Amino acid sequence: MQHYNMNLTLKVWRQKDKNAAGGFETYQVKDISSEMSFLEMFDVLNERLIVEGKEPIAFDHDCREGICGMCSMVIDGRPHGPWEANTTCQLHMRAYKDGDTIVVEPWRANAFPVVKDLVVDRGSFDRIIQAGGFVSVNTGNAVDGNAIPIEKDNADAAFAAAACIGCGACVAACKNSSAMLFVSAKVSHLALLPQGEPERRQRVVNMIAQMDKEGFGSCTNTYSCEAECPKEISVTNIARLNREYLQASLK
Amino acid sequence: MLDAKIPSGSLESKWTDYKGHVRLVNPANKRKIEVIIVGTGLAGASAAASLGELGYKVKAFCFQDSPRRAHSIAAQGGINASKNYQNDGDSVFRLFYDTIKGGDYRAREANVHRLAEVSGAIIDQCVAQGVPFAREYGGLLSNRSFGGTQVQRTFYAAGQTGQQLLIGAYQALERQVALGNVTMHTRHEMLDVVMIDGKARGIIARDLVSGKLERHFGHAVLLCTGGYGNVFYLSTNAMGSNVTAAWKAHKKGAYFSNPCFTQIHPTCIPVSGDHQSKLTLMSESLRNDGRIWVPKKQHDDRKANEIPEEERDYYLERRYPAFGNLVPRDVASRAAKERCDAGYGVGSSKQAVYLDYSDAIERYGKAEVNKRNLGNISHDEIMKLGKDVVKEKYGNLFDMYEKITGENPYEVPMRIYPAVHYTMGGLWVNYELQTTIPGLYALGECNFSDHGANRLGASALMQGLADGYFVIPYTVGNYLADEISTGSVPTSHPAFEETEKAVADRINTLKSINGKQTVESFHKRLGKIMWDKCGMARSEEGLKQAIQQIRDLKKEFWSDVRIPGSIDEFNPELDKAGRVADFIELGELMCIDALDRNESCGGHFREEYQTPDGEALRDDANYMYVSAWQYSKEHEWTLHKESLDYEVVKPSQRSYK
Repeated sequence: MQHYNMNLTLKVWRQKDKNAAGGFETYQVKDISSEMSFLEMFDVLNERLIVEGKEPIAFDHDCREGICGMCSMVIDGRPHGPWEANTTCQLHMRAYKDGDTIVVEPWRANAFPVVKDLVVDRGSFDRIIQAGGFVSVNTGNAVDGNAIPIEKDNADAAFAAAACIGCGACVAACKNSSAMLFVSAKVSHLALLPQGEPERRQRVVNMIAQMDKEGFGSCTNTYSCEAECPKEISVTNIARLNREYLQASLK
Repeated sequence: MLDAKIPSGSLESKWTDYKGHVRLVNPANKRKIEVIIVGTGLAGASAAASLGELGYKVKAFCFQDSPRRAHSIAAQGGINASKNYQNDGDSVFRLFYDTIKGGDYRAREANVHRLAEVSGAIIDQCVAQGVPFAREYGGLLSNRSFGGTQVQRTFYAAGQTGQQLLIGAYQALERQVALGNVTMHTRHEMLDVVMIDGKARGIIARDLVSGKLERHFGHAVLLCTGGYGNVFYLSTNAMGSNVTAAWKAHKKGAYFSNPCFTQIHPTCIPVSGDHQSKLTLMSESLRNDGRIWVPKKQHDDRKANEIPEEERDYYLERRYPAFGNLVPRDVASRAAKERCDAGYGVGSSKQAVYLDYSDAIERYGKAEVNKRNLGNISHDEIMKLGKDVVKEKYGNLFDMYEKITGENPYEVPMRIYPAVHYTMGGLWVNYELQTTIPGLYALGECNFSDHGANRLGASALMQGLADGYFVIPYTVGNYLADEISTGSVPTSHPAFEETEKAVADRINTLKSINGKQTVESFHKRLGKIMWDKCGMARSEEGLKQAIQQIRDLKKEFWSDVRIPGSIDEFNPELDKAGRVADFIELGELMCIDALDRNESCGGHFREEYQTPDGEALRDDANYMYVSAWQYSKEHEWTLHKESLDYEVVKPSQRSYK
């Protein structure tokens, strides 16, 4: 892999707090290595801003290995940027070339209010899980792990749904700010397993009710959520969610 | 004298006897008792859920925007349990023995045995929660091997076991939030322990969004705040992982144990440049199938695929034939460093070795040919089948490698190098997980108790969940049984007021320095001192230099750090400044501890103490103790020793040959 350096123009959303009006600021960054991650490029810019006596750009990040779900930037209109199946922290600068202009914004959705600059509040996701995204089993009640054999195909499908990292890219990608992919991933994970069976109906109904209450939009099947999901959660989960919801409602 | 409160009786009966006789709190009284839990990783989330289920009033805190983001989520490879589902000779005793030996005989027998005893129940609990562990076609749970063991006892969920276990615990926690048993405070950081009459009675926390300080009362405080690997700046920890909560407790009187016992993980993606902000682990599970090698010739500049088989040195298989590529982490890391230091390193930095999957891909490909009766097919087709198998087992790890390095690991060997990963040291705790401060507990990575001088792979998840699900629900009750009559202390109490004022003063002091250098630049300099002098190899001379350099750095930090923004707003630089200030103090203690320990054991390798063939040379006669440091004043600590009395295991030189 050939390494190279580049100069870039960044247009970044700045917003002091939830209530302030925000706007774009333009920054030039120089000698950015193609081996850097996108967030390391922001580190370089922030270090410079601090030395210049300016306010660094606030952004969420933590594990920087694509699994905690904390990082959240809309980069040139795409949540987590141009690479498929990727988080912002794993996007590397070899995706860009010298002279590029990059526009960076926060997740935009009513249910994700901006905290500052590129940081948003995703507490609504936690409240949806509180509504039913669990199996009600207290510590100490479990039977032996191998007493519940599970067909491998179902176990694998449940795992694929459980791979969701709760980052919210699906919401940011959706023109309706719908959280259907997130909710359906959790509903599917638990509906596909025998452990989830006893609470199957109330779970889907309660989680959907909370989703609506939080102000997420409706699903109109554009599939942009699936296209931008860093963990490649499939929209077939949404189909399963709809089926589960219908069955629960008919009961 | 340190009393670990280890129950009497035989090793196998201690925990059962303890549980049978421990004092209980009746359900009506539990409702009146408040417990504070700081950190929501595996230890914190499982403790919060379990104590909430029992009926305690729990307040949980995390600095992230959701409890689900704690760094336990990044654990990849798996979780150990002595289920013996593979019928390959595993047992509670063998898991106990492997862990004690893997820890190089510096862990407490009673704690480790309890860990092995509850390991099976952890798997059951997680399965019941719907954790999607890997399964075989018969529908039963699958296992794989990990370093330092000769049985298959590791349960896993592809390369994201930590995520699946944490989501299980997080969902159990959120269920308790919905039921009103747990109050969750996200984007909050604990900045001090409040002490009343010698007991921990609450915390001062800062709301990281508004910057406001808050007072929270608790009859007991549980720290579940993880490890301190970020003292090295570059590590596999998350950017926010820090020692602050544990360090504040330490300065309030909790002893800090074995701080120099840090784990350097052998298989991480090498550093690519000065911009590097963190290092990424490639799971130890990759050593199941991958083979580690360097060229036999020094300074060999050929590409990996151009080096013929007979010119490759599979140095782990050569040095350790019995365990081969699955030697424990400390051994594998030192062996990689030895080869690179001797001039056999690969890649542009020469600070890397190869982790090669071509043999495994071919082996799996041939197995598929047999399974599917494909007869004579071309080598390319065999390799393609093999790649599909490898993709199913390790796909997400291979993808991650490619994103970071731009190289395809299915075609060319991965380049790896050791990096700081885990800290075995931590707050001293007794058998009940209580620190030297009554009412203050430490669970998971933030305590010192179970891994000795080196942790075996897939044991961190086991310990975090053991402490949270199955140990603390019993042991904290033993303390709280005496606190029923305490009642809730109002946070207007002078102790809360004074502690809050001290916290506010420190923040104001930090902010008002208004110097020229960034927090990050100090953190980088600290990390370099620690890595060079208190990293994979340590010496008396280097450690003495490091202590002086850290003291100088501390002075410079407190006179020239620059923190932008204000203190009453969302200000990540201010949060980081407080954490780096604490890391600087911890770094000094780590070097002091490493200097005190005139032996090599596990992750602590003193160059002066090694066998003729370069293995760690322990000194059981003089150093078979847990160091427990008591903070006196700036730059001064008192050393207390908990001697390790092995009743069952006979310590010997650790051999994996």
